[in-house]
Amino acid sequence: MYVAVKGGEQAIDNAHAWLAEERRGDTSVAELSLAQIREQLALAVNRVMAEGSLYDPDLAALAIKQSRGDLIEAIFLIRAYRTTLPRFGYTQPVDTGAMACDRRISATFKDAPGGQVLGPTFDYTHRLLDFKLAADGEVPAAPEAEPRREPTPHITEFLQGEDIIEREPASDAEPGDLTREPMAFPAGRAVRLQSLTRGDEGFILGMAYSTQRGYARNHAFVGELRIGTVPVEMEIPELGFAIEIGEIELTECETVNQFKGSKTVPPQFTRGYGLVFGQSERKSIAMALVDRALRWEELGEDNVGAAAQDEEFVLSHADNIQATGFLEHIKLPHYVDFQSELELVRKLRREAAELAENLAAQEAAE
Amino acid sequence: MSDYNFAYLDEQTKRMIRRAILKGLAVPGYQVPFASREMPMPYGWGTGGVQVSAATLTPEDTLKVIDQGADDTTNAVSIRKFFERTAGVATTEETAKASVIQTRHRIPEAELSEDQILVYQVPIPEPLRFLEPRETETRKMHALQEYGLMHVKLYEDISQHGAIATAYAYPVKVEGRYVMDPSPIPKFDNPKMEMAAIQLFGAGREQRIYAVPPYTKVVSLDFEDYPFEASKADHPCDLCGAEDSYLDEVILDDAGNRMFVCSDTDYCRSRREAGHSGRLGEEAA
Repeated sequence: MYVAVKGGEQAIDNAHAWLAEERRGDTSVAELSLAQIREQLALAVNRVMAEGSLYDPDLAALAIKQSRGDLIEAIFLIRAYRTTLPRFGYTQPVDTGAMACDRRISATFKDAPGGQVLGPTFDYTHRLLDFKLAADGEVPAAPEAEPRREPTPHITEFLQGEDIIEREPASDAEPGDLTREPMAFPAGRAVRLQSLTRGDEGFILGMAYSTQRGYARNHAFVGELRIGTVPVEMEIPELGFAIEIGEIELTECETVNQFKGSKTVPPQFTRGYGLVFGQSERKSIAMALVDRALRWEELGEDNVGAAAQDEEFVLSHADNIQATGFLEHIKLPHYVDFQSELELVRKLRREAAELAENLAAQEAAE
Repeated sequence: MSDYNFAYLDEQTKRMIRRAILKGLAVPGYQVPFASREMPMPYGWGTGGVQVSAATLTPEDTLKVIDQGADDTTNAVSIRKFFERTAGVATTEETAKASVIQTRHRIPEAELSEDQILVYQVPIPEPLRFLEPRETETRKMHALQEYGLMHVKLYEDISQHGAIATAYAYPVKVEGRYVMDPSPIPKFDNPKMEMAAIQLFGAGREQRIYAVPPYTKVVSLDFEDYPFEASKADHPCDLCGAEDSYLDEVILDDAGNRMFVCSDTDYCRSRREAGHSGRLGEEAA
């Protein structure tokens, strides 16, 4: 006989205990340390920091460990923790032109001041499983050289000298803050970029790819991709000037895109921009392409109805924490609503059957 | 990690949410945008309701949390635990003893009083969303009171099915102005929305808060010749015999036997304690 389901609380506690055990896995295998995750799964750590919107490699490593490697779950842990952190203020804008680059490449010029620096990249590796790694992950030290002393200016600056690429309008306007103000449309480029940089890598990648395949094509050259560290400065009110409070690793991508020109503007190149925490190349390139696609209106281009041009569509669906929450919530109990649908469908079927019967009776009578 | 602020959110955030709530109460049925925070439970699990409750609770409050009308469903247990831990407030399963009730998908059967607050968890706050996916458009439609599309939808239901084919989240008009989504409560609950308690609605993922002040007119949309009808399973409760409560259908075996029981577990329990009994009341007890 049915007895109202009780003991939800105990069931939850037990489920969590089992989860913890599963997370640990076989106890005869050494436990992962946070340092191991931080050092050896650095790109996962970077993704969690970028989409979690919190730059802290140790916390990201902890989140990855706690989430059993489910990166969206890890991002969620970081976002929830982020909510509890007080907001002391805003830093000065970082100067990516002064970045200490580990990697800096341009696809638009054979060479440029600052040079082409490949850095630690997968690009020309052959994707062959390295079975040696399974046994022994030790590697010989990579060759070293003195870093280049010359400045590494942005590639787009060279184009700007010629006025052949659009100028970024300078503005001292306070940019919006996605995490402090509710999203409203049109969002404006600053908020758009914030949304893209913390958006789901897979979603942004898919959107960017769709533009390459013709849904709002805006043929992009990677003008420049740079990865490295920049100092973060903050003005301390008691001091009255800015001091360096730390250093973060960033990936920046500037694309150079075609533009036919409009009634008011002669033909020139336009820009897409991507900036992401950590070494996050795929994400920053994808971000730049989507940023460019979303700029159709300010550039006087046609809206061809492509998804990647639709600010409300892209920004409303880019956040994987929102998306996964709403998607997965349909596994929560919905039996009350389902019951009301059951009653409704039964009633409609009953009425349809009666109607059919009446019609049949009428026909028989005629 | 141990010392969180009272009810998890910091005071600045609570102040921001309270402002949104007050604005919502001042403009009944209007969806107030607010800077929803990421909570330690997923979007879709009631983050909007949780934020509204967090901003509403005081240390003296007594909290009740229900999901599907029941206090012991997993998510209700989880949210109640969250506030026990982060706010240390008293909790109860008795509707009458609660000063704040957070709910998902139901309104309690017992009439609420003036000193109570009912907080709804809302997945999609926009009643026009499935007619027009764009927020920019729907906001305009609300501003202009342009609700024709909704009436066309209801009319099309009638012409296709002979009845309005909406069983839950049935749209209402609040105080003759805003069309509002009552959250996915069964339409059986709609008439209860004209009540003495304050009703607050929180949609975390969609960053919206709205409200219905006490004794506000809440009308379910309908037509003169097809009036709104609050429906439920045509049975009494098999445990307590109630004929006026919303019922869950429970499948008992693979021979098609089923029973109907109150979805409001506290209502059912209190009736049985008062000596009422239904068809299977004796056996189940």
